[in-house]
Amino acid sequence: MNGLSKLERRRHRRDLISAVIRYGILTAVALVMIYPILWLVGATFKTNNEIFTTVNFIPKRIDFTPYIEGWKTRTQFTFTTFFLNTFQYVIPKILFCLVSSTLVAYGFARFQFPFRKFFFSLLMATMFLPAVVTRIPLYLLWKNLGLLDTYVPLIAPTIFANEPFFVFMLIQFLRSIPTYLDEAATVDGCNSFEILIRILLPALKPAIVSCTIFQFIWSFNDFLGPLIYVTSLSKYPVALALKMSIDQSSGIVEWNQILAMSFLALLPALILFFAAQKYFVEGITSTGAKG
Amino acid sequence: MKHSKIGLLYILPWLAGMIFLTLYPFVNALVISFTDYNLVRKPNFVGFENYISLFRDADFLSTLTATVKYTIFTVPLQLTFALFIAYILNFKLKGINFYRTAYYIPSLLGGNVAVAVLWRFLFQQDGFINRFIGLFGAAPIPWLSSPNGAMAVIVLLKVWQFGSSMLIFLAALKDVPQELYEAASVDGSSRFYSFFRITIPLITPTIFFNLVMQMVNAFQEFNGPYLVTGRGPLSATYLTSMYIYDNAFKYFNMGYASAASWVLFIIIMGVTAILFATQNKWVFYSDEGN
Repeated sequence: MNGLSKLERRRHRRDLISAVIRYGILTAVALVMIYPILWLVGATFKTNNEIFTTVNFIPKRIDFTPYIEGWKTRTQFTFTTFFLNTFQYVIPKILFCLVSSTLVAYGFARFQFPFRKFFFSLLMATMFLPAVVTRIPLYLLWKNLGLLDTYVPLIAPTIFANEPFFVFMLIQFLRSIPTYLDEAATVDGCNSFEILIRILLPALKPAIVSCTIFQFIWSFNDFLGPLIYVTSLSKYPVALALKMSIDQSSGIVEWNQILAMSFLALLPALILFFAAQKYFVEGITSTGAKG
Repeated sequence: MKHSKIGLLYILPWLAGMIFLTLYPFVNALVISFTDYNLVRKPNFVGFENYISLFRDADFLSTLTATVKYTIFTVPLQLTFALFIAYILNFKLKGINFYRTAYYIPSLLGGNVAVAVLWRFLFQQDGFINRFIGLFGAAPIPWLSSPNGAMAVIVLLKVWQFGSSMLIFLAALKDVPQELYEAASVDGSSRFYSFFRITIPLITPTIFFNLVMQMVNAFQEFNGPYLVTGRGPLSATYLTSMYIYDNAFKYFNMGYASAASWVLFIIIMGVTAILFATQNKWVFYSDEGN
């Protein structure tokens, strides 16, 4: 019994070839994408000499000295200070952003009020508004309030749901939750705030996890904000400390130490990403991400 | 949806922020741009003087050229690449999660200073990239010490971060009804033909969104060039956002820097407006969506 006709066999072969091509391209691109990071990890264990002489990412030996020496830095502070500093504004940013964005998204998603359409367009427009144009007046505002060289300019805007990305993501998510739950709760005598807290918040959990992760990584990675507002070394976050370490080009640059600290700076984002991968993809695809 | 003014109360945080942290600074930037404010002296009104000086300032004009160049190279390269990979990933493949992760990681880490450190390192004269191409017998490329090389380094850094555009494309591709491809296949059209005649037209709204977003971002790029190449040889990678930063936060010429930021803003809005104007020529919105 010859089950496959000539035509089917030919098609089968064509499918096989195109699958091989697809996997070939995907794997080659994935290697190019990931190799720099693998190489970085390997280089943190290498001696300076080895870094500059080999293409292979696997180090000849595992030596944690670059980590220990790099952590100490050449200043009176260690990376303990710089990491703690970073968390001092990253954590409040996450909390404020979650509260304010949820309230605002709830307002837009569930109520009809005067100028709603107009405000919503304004919210959309701010997604595309170049931040470069408001940077100088904002600096002057915080300067006049005497808040330069504090974390307030970095944290305060999140109280006002200033990142439309998060508001959007939550609005999209709220729209997918059927309103009959709200209605039933209204009949039971819940007011609008109780509905948000008791009914919607539990259902919003995946979106809230996404927001937390994105805000964490973006705040942790933020460089320009601290660069403008944080000036004293004792308040430096990791981003500024790393920048400082590559600028100290006097004497021998201990590249393995700088790379070791760079890897540690990437680690929180990587850990979070692998722990909560599915929330990422959902978050990005529901709104379109920045960056 | 309930008709209730209480909705206004819920959006109040955003509204307050909109007024005090967006609209007010936005207008204020324009006001400052007409003064000679430098943090020390009392500001004097100088009319269009800042704007006139800007257009006579060879440094500023060179940053505009560099910024336009950067945008023209980065955005199409990144989007084409993102769409191409998303298209391949959209076939039912085993291990799609692994690939999706691998492609997304650079976007995730891209903003971190550590990546800039790594990048600077990889592209040094005796760095990894030159040694790698050396394995194939190629001569080392002066990445950081030639104007075009330095531009290529920061463009590649951005293109490397194509992951988030790719995920958005992937979501759009998933929404293209499978029957359309089957119908086309029955009609005997090739995959190549289906891609340009079915896939592309159906995802034009997503292409448009990504295009505008990436364009607005590219015009304001700061981290990449600031951290990796600096001004670059012959100021090849001295972009306008860096020029604004230097004038505002190094030399404290607030008036001049504000004027520069408004010029950049007008250019971005101009390009956005042009894109929106061409929209009904090539972007097809389906009837169902809102």
